Amino acid sequence: MDQRTEEFVAYVQGGGQVEATDWLPDEYRQKLVKFIEMHGNSELMGVLPEREWILRAPTLQRKLALTAKVQDEVGHAQLIYRVAEDLGKAREQMLADLVSGKSKFHNVFHYPTHTWGDVGVIAWLVDAAAIISQKALLKCSYAPYARIMKKICWEESFHILHGRDVILAMVTGTAEQFELVQEALDRWWGPLMQFHGNPIPAEDDPMFLWRIKSQGNEEARQQFLDGYVPQILELGLTVPDPKLRKSADGVWEYTEPDWDELKRVVTGNGPRTADRLAFRARFIEQEQWVRDAVLAA
Amino acid sequence: MIWEVFRQDRKGQPFEHAGSVRAPDADFAEAWAREQYGRRGESVALWLVPRDAVHVVGDWADEFALKYRRVDGYSIKARLKEARERAGTAGPR
Repeated sequence: MDQRTEEFVAYVQGGGQVEATDWLPDEYRQKLVKFIEMHGNSELMGVLPEREWILRAPTLQRKLALTAKVQDEVGHAQLIYRVAEDLGKAREQMLADLVSGKSKFHNVFHYPTHTWGDVGVIAWLVDAAAIISQKALLKCSYAPYARIMKKICWEESFHILHGRDVILAMVTGTAEQFELVQEALDRWWGPLMQFHGNPIPAEDDPMFLWRIKSQGNEEARQQFLDGYVPQILELGLTVPDPKLRKSADGVWEYTEPDWDELKRVVTGNGPRTADRLAFRARFIEQEQWVRDAVLAA
Repeated sequence: MIWEVFRQDRKGQPFEHAGSVRAPDADFAEAWAREQYGRRGESVALWLVPRDAVHVVGDWADEFALKYRRVDGYSIKARLKEARERAGTAGPR
């Protein structure tokens, strides 16, 4: 590492932030693009499981709320891709790499949604897990990314509340509705525990070294468990992990998540990966005329 | 063409840089910015500025060590301690 890069690392590790116009080491720029691109991809792909339920939402109010949430997430993808574009990767290329499977998106968006219970669990717990990562990005060393995260976090907090409200309506409903929530929780717990990634120490995580992330994977997972396990249990739901407990020193213990499954899923072999990428590819093609019309203006 | 977006939370508040949009002209820039930075009523006004029109000033030379014009230019701790010792007012109070 040359001296200029060393100074850069010391600066960001000391909490310093940089702008698009500052000198950035090549490796930092590459890591940033990869990270930000995956985040943008996840927002764009993350709406697909929920989109499937807009027409099947149980009430008009729920339909409108879900539509607004989908609109928000697509908006987040727009903001995030814009930041990545500034770092040198064209949006068209990012979309092409997404649909060809070259770039990745988060594990939780590769799974099917079976019932309205899944929609509630996604909106509540998947968004809760995501907001923990996103709040940590408010301190990201790349300032333009940190700034858009303010708006994103603000909108995500409504999503979590919307999800929790869906869940509360179901657990206070019929026994059958309660069961739909429990079954969805059983399905989602594994992917949720994998969501923050394997527990490599923060110091060994290149994303942490460059302070793109401000916390380690395990730290994020512990924060998720701390915040949400009590909220799950108070509703009378069961967390499908017999080993889950909080130790005397305040650390959550749990069954080792299935890291092979995580790897398999994010490398494009999830149960719904192919369908959803095909769907996305079809829409990119179908809407080409809009982009052509705008650019010709 | 890139347009920098500055948004205002409430009337009287400063405009704060929020992000940017890529658009071929001001009309499209306004459409995107309204959608991305205003659709939930989170802004009362937006400024859209072509990135090329922003004149950036970012280097601040300080050849003459001009810190004496600021509070952080004064470290009085050591001198104050010495003065108190001379005056015999040092120690717990």
